[in-house]
Amino acid sequence: MAEKITAVELAKQQREISVSEFFTKNRHLLGFDNPRKALLMAVKEAVDNALDVTLESKILPDVYIELNQIKEDRFRVIVEDNGPGIVKDQIPKIFGKLLYGSKFHRLRQSMGQQGIGISAVLLYGQLTTGKGMQITSKISSKKPANFYEIQIDTQKNQPIIIDEKIVEWDKDNGTRVEIEIEGIYQKGRQSVDEYVKEIALINPHAQITYKMPDGEKIEYKRAVNELPKESKEIKPHPYGVELGILIRMLQSTNANTTAGFLQSEFSRISQNIAYEICEKAKINPKSKPNNLSGEEAESLYKSIQDTKIIAPPTDCLSPLGEEALLKGIKKEIDAEFYCAVSRSPSVYRGMPFAIEVAIAFGGNLEKDGQVRVMRFANRVPLLYQQGACSTTESIIETAWRNYGLSQSKDSLPIGPAAIIVHMVSVWVPFTSEAKEAIAHYPEIIKDMKLALQDCGRKLSSYIRKTFKAKEQKEKIDLFEKYIPELAASLGDLSEEKKMIIEENLRKILKKGLKDLLNGIEEAEELEG
Amino acid sequence: MTKQEDQKKVLKKFGKEIVEQTKKGKNPEIEFPLRNLSNIVYDKKTKTLRLGNKKGTRNFFNLAHAKKFLQTVEVASIIKKELLNTGKHEHLRGVFYIAKRTIPETNINIVDDQVESDKAIEDLEVITGLSREQLHVSANKMGSMVGNIILKDSGDTIDCSKLGKGGYSIPSITDELTFKKVNAKYILYMEKAAIFERLNEDKFWNKNNCILVTSQGQTTRGIRRLLQRLYEEEKLPIYVMTDFDPWGFYIYSVIKYGSIALAHASEKLSIPGVKFLGITADDIEKYDLKKHLIKLNEQDVKRMKQVADYDWFKDNKEWQRQLKMMKEFNAKAEIQALSSRGISFISEKYLPEKIKNKDFLD
Repeated sequence: MAEKITAVELAKQQREISVSEFFTKNRHLLGFDNPRKALLMAVKEAVDNALDVTLESKILPDVYIELNQIKEDRFRVIVEDNGPGIVKDQIPKIFGKLLYGSKFHRLRQSMGQQGIGISAVLLYGQLTTGKGMQITSKISSKKPANFYEIQIDTQKNQPIIIDEKIVEWDKDNGTRVEIEIEGIYQKGRQSVDEYVKEIALINPHAQITYKMPDGEKIEYKRAVNELPKESKEIKPHPYGVELGILIRMLQSTNANTTAGFLQSEFSRISQNIAYEICEKAKINPKSKPNNLSGEEAESLYKSIQDTKIIAPPTDCLSPLGEEALLKGIKKEIDAEFYCAVSRSPSVYRGMPFAIEVAIAFGGNLEKDGQVRVMRFANRVPLLYQQGACSTTESIIETAWRNYGLSQSKDSLPIGPAAIIVHMVSVWVPFTSEAKEAIAHYPEIIKDMKLALQDCGRKLSSYIRKTFKAKEQKEKIDLFEKYIPELAASLGDLSEEKKMIIEENLRKILKKGLKDLLNGIEEAEELEG
Repeated sequence: MTKQEDQKKVLKKFGKEIVEQTKKGKNPEIEFPLRNLSNIVYDKKTKTLRLGNKKGTRNFFNLAHAKKFLQTVEVASIIKKELLNTGKHEHLRGVFYIAKRTIPETNINIVDDQVESDKAIEDLEVITGLSREQLHVSANKMGSMVGNIILKDSGDTIDCSKLGKGGYSIPSITDELTFKKVNAKYILYMEKAAIFERLNEDKFWNKNNCILVTSQGQTTRGIRRLLQRLYEEEKLPIYVMTDFDPWGFYIYSVIKYGSIALAHASEKLSIPGVKFLGITADDIEKYDLKKHLIKLNEQDVKRMKQVADYDWFKDNKEWQRQLKMMKEFNAKAEIQALSSRGISFISEKYLPEKIKNKDFLD
């Protein structure tokens, strides 16, 4: 018989696992499953940060990306922005500590959402090459730049400063991140190249320079000279909160009363509504929220769901808008027709969100295969897990045959088109921490489909009219060739002058032609 | 010559009417009776197929019609200019070649296939009321005639009893033949040239005092017109002999009532008085031909159903019985099956017996 192990002995074996340690062992959860994807993730996290930070400080972003191949499977990734820079003391924490930063705790439309991103890149680099991350940052032209080389103490989730110095940098302000990681560079739909192209498409206000491993430089020019409208932070809407989070919020709040807690921590709760919720939950509104029992918290949670509360404010979002979206796709996709739809915001589980859809059609787009799908969330391209994404589901469930594309059952449509779906939200519900696919909330899918249909109608009217116009043109041409033949035969037959017959036939065609041409012009006007 | 002048006038009028429309700024339109089964009427009184009253129109400025419109006018113009003006005749194939050319700056031919110019000529017939023969267009000659008949063809006198194995080659246009001397009691028409040769070798026409006529397969217009004229002008009964299959039955019905494709010309082609001699289902039983039956194939079965459904077969009990028996046999028989009873069985036994007993179908 084996000896019983006491709780005390078990406790000796149990110890806190640091977040860093956890992710060291589970790096796939953050998207670093393989060297190819890891290279993309490194670029993506750094660029997302660069675009976020410039936007927040109202600077038109100018981003430089460089991939330096050191060995077959080793790259030096460099990303530099013209953002506000980072205060010296913050640098080690921001890059060397997971879950540090302001993003996880707030509800606001931003590219990064968890505050894990860039430090996970460092963690991955450290793990695969043993080297740290080098950060240069400058906050003002009057101050020198700070340089750090940092690693992470994975057990303590704390930064280790390898090197720290003041350097010269001929830039007024900005941040430069350099890291050596194991990675594989390949072209294709899930490549760094594609990511950069797509991020330029969905951020037409950004100027991006990309130096590829072969040394070639691509310049993605700014197409919109205004910054997107600033997104605003909102408090969570009560409908969106889960029980576990509610309990945590109750415990950590500074509010003195439960009613006060509800009013101050959530959006859209007035004093009256707060009292109504407490009453339904049979909880004294004046009770101290920190003292509520688990059962009380649960009944509070239930009564929130049962109470009518107006939807959260939606003016906190910053979609691109149809105009900017059109500019973005026009500069990155070579097609003959473009259309875009930006829907007004809706709400899923208390979270405001908005869907934007754009379609590029014809031109150099591939004619025979399935349409190209480009997915975006909060201005970030999603390159992996297309099949698991609600955008894909929405596109498949839209009846594209009505809009001039062919489509077999349960498949993406076929034709020379690219379909762009962009979701903005204070909290985009990803299916995993790697932020690759948008979860399947019915409200989200519904709005995506409505936007797709709207865009589809624009597409079909274009297809119909250009097709018609082409057909009419051919008709006219054909009749013009037939007329002399008919006139000649009729002249012989009737013994009348061929010239006059031909003239009359041309007049008749012209008369009919006017109607045909009007039809074509109308089609062109609709194009805008 | 005056005849040709009349025809030229009709064609000129056809052209003029179209020109008048163009002067008024109208989309040129040709109206003509429809020539498909939906517009075929079986006239029970006259026992002929006629075109109904359904009309179709064709507009030049309509992409679906334009080419056919052009073809019809083009063919009309060719006939007027090349044939009626010169008094010459041209074969259907020749008309096709005159019409066939590429429209400048396109890759479009006015006609791509002879079927198109043939159709245009048929259209012209129904539009103008002139027959193809009147339009000086001829077709393949595919028929022969032997027997005690002397006729005049383009000034030559021809004695059809002195033309050896081949017999008189019936021209495509028979309207202008004249019959000099006819000494026969009836005409025997047969689908198969092989049988014609057998009977000619056996001097069947001499022994039985009749005229033999054949055509390979479907009966041409020239033969039908010749038969009709002999029937009407010389009062000769006509007996038709075909294979025992739906195709043979239809050949008989075309001679008798007219055809779907040429219903507009029935008046000049159909012979309501012809009789069907054989081979009938009863012949097969009576003359013990069952061993020589051939199984019906898919097309035969399909055609059998179509034929049984035509108005001119539908109400005829005797023919429905024949078709029913064919269905029961699930087989057909060729005329040559009779040879199984001996090489001259047909000329010595079968035909004399059938004719003597008036064993015909109507």
